[in-house]
Amino acid sequence: MTDVQAFRTGDTPLPDIVILTHKLTRDYDMGGEVVRALRGVSLQIRKNEYVAVMGPSGSGKSTLMNLIGCLDTPTAGEYWLNGQKVSALSDDELARIRNKEIGFVFQTFNLLPRANALHNVELPLIYAGLPTKDRRARAARALARVGLADRMDHRPNELSGGQRQRVAIARALVNEPSILLADEPTGNLDSTTSAELMQVFQDLHHQGQTIVMVTHEHDIAAHAARVVTLRDGLVATDQLRAA
Amino acid sequence: MPFLEAVRLALQTIRAQKLKSGFSAIGVFIGVTFLIGAWSIVNGMNRYMTDKFAGTLVGVNTFHLRRRPNVNFNVEDSVWRAWRRRPRIKFADADAVTQGLRMPVVTAWYSEDRGSVEYNGKVAKDITLEGATERYFDIMNLKIADGRAFTPQESKAGTTVVVLGYDLAQKLFPGVNPIGRTVRIHGIPYRVIGVVERQGNLLGISLDKFVVAPALSPIQREVNPPGVVDALIVKANSELEMRDAMDQTEAIMRSRRHLRPRQDDNFVMETSEGVLDFWKKLSRILYVVGPGLVGVALVVGGIVIMNIMLMAVAERTREIGIRKSLGARRRDILRQFLAESAALATVGATLGIGTGIVLSLLLKVATPLPAAVSPFSILLGVVVGGGVGIVAGVYPASRASRLDPIAALRQE
Ligand SMILES: Nc1ncnc2c1ncn2[C@@H]1O[C@H](COP(=O)(O)OP(=O)(O)O)[C@@H](O)[C@H]1O
Ligand SMILES: [Mg+2]
Repeated sequence: MTDVQAFRTGDTPLPDIVILTHKLTRDYDMGGEVVRALRGVSLQIRKNEYVAVMGPSGSGKSTLMNLIGCLDTPTAGEYWLNGQKVSALSDDELARIRNKEIGFVFQTFNLLPRANALHNVELPLIYAGLPTKDRRARAARALARVGLADRMDHRPNELSGGQRQRVAIARALVNEPSILLADEPTGNLDSTTSAELMQVFQDLHHQGQTIVMVTHEHDIAAHAARVVTLRDGLVATDQLRAA
Repeated sequence: MPFLEAVRLALQTIRAQKLKSGFSAIGVFIGVTFLIGAWSIVNGMNRYMTDKFAGTLVGVNTFHLRRRPNVNFNVEDSVWRAWRRRPRIKFADADAVTQGLRMPVVTAWYSEDRGSVEYNGKVAKDITLEGATERYFDIMNLKIADGRAFTPQESKAGTTVVVLGYDLAQKLFPGVNPIGRTVRIHGIPYRVIGVVERQGNLLGISLDKFVVAPALSPIQREVNPPGVVDALIVKANSELEMRDAMDQTEAIMRSRRHLRPRQDDNFVMETSEGVLDFWKKLSRILYVVGPGLVGVALVVGGIVIMNIMLMAVAERTREIGIRKSLGARRRDILRQFLAESAALATVGATLGIGTGIVLSLLLKVATPLPAAVSPFSILLGVVVGGGVGIVAGVYPASRASRLDPIAALRQE
């Protein structure tokens, strides 16, 4: 366990805590039968931490990521992001947080198939309301950062899996979010490409990026400094690794 | 997302999915084409009727004294039979009214029928034969292009002279000056003294196939029973004087026919307003039926667009999920899809306006219908087209905007 403040309802997180969940639960009502995907997850993640979330399939990893990523709202419990209590925000405010504070990388890339790399990376900036010229420039810079400066006008189907995931990372980072979330980012990639991607994550971490990454592969998790394991919707282990 | 961005995205999507977009624009396209086309016909007819038809048939500040209405619409049999039993207007009636009117008026009387005119073995059939007094030309606004009209003396004496309509002159005398030559009307020779300026046509019927001869010339035997005229035409200087003249004419005619106070007039006085009445009745129907049909077309167009947009929303659920995960708010998604359907409808409307205008011009050139595109209908086409798009887009767009991002992302 990491040494953090013992959080109780009514407290506010310490300043360098980017993510704090307190007894977070998420139930899915499946027509009478309730699936309890998360049953009280309490986690605190500091600025510039690199956390891997592991656990067997169905243990609630994606559910937790969706909650942290503000794509979903909890059934009960608290979620604080950068000292702001998120669990009670409106739809529009959640959209703003997704846009500004969170960069999400999915296993299936989730790029717009009809848009080229540059436009895909531009999307968050459009919803941030940036003027066209600034958008172009920033999107191009983000693509250059992941080594795709020469692929800007390629559509997703003209790119390899690794390149697609880099576009997705560029898109996730283009708004300089406070956290980068990745749900099994290497799930659709071969091992060489996975290793390259992990290098990108490593570099980002060294540049100060806070990263939470879901994986069920130990050698991928080995890149992170801290490993949280979920089991049946609860935190089973939470370990710092020797650097 | 700023408005312009939404429009740009909409146009991009339309360009990317040309077939589907074309399909959904068709409904509005047809509706608007019809709107412009139908409107231009009614509009053209209207203008034509007011400017030309009524003026040509009757004239300004002018009334015709007749046995029964010349222009009529949907008359019952019993009324028609009653009209036929009425006494005819006689030379003597026309004279008495002309003498009796106490204000400055111009009068003429005329009778007409169809017949043929012959020159040098050439026969022109189905010609309007007019027997008229000399002021007929002034009153009917028939300007003489060549030669002269007949004089009051010729009119009174019933001299066998004749003035030709333009088309008739062209037909009988191609490349020849007709003045001074002799034509035959049912065997009787008449000397041509003038040709009337070209009148054009009315609903496709030439107004230039006629001859006018003095009412008392032998032509009277061709056009009416002896002593009978079709109409006495009275032209006053103003609308007010025309009304007065009509009152006096009514009094004179009633006394000549010994009508008692309770009895109805057994003659009519037709004004251009009366003729226009006929048209107004017809155009009222067109103005009700036309927009109805247009409305149906647009509703159908709207439903097509709504369905296509619902399909688009279903197909692009994942795209919506991606956009939402990147920070799109409900209103951004709403705007995106509304802009798309409005753009679709506007594209349809624009094409419809273009086609409608072309159609109207074609109608004008190829048919006797005097179509004239009304600028208002163009404006209406754009507004209605875009409006249909927005209305039809509201439901699909609001569905899209309410999609749950995770569920949307999971969709394949
Ligand atoms: N939308 C949903 N509706 C119903 N049940 C769900 C839904 N999403 C996840 N679950 C259930 O919640 C549990 C946790 O799922 P998930 O968070 O996707 O697990 P993981 O990502 O660790 O494999 C599983 O039992 C899953 O079936
Ligand atoms: Mg998962």
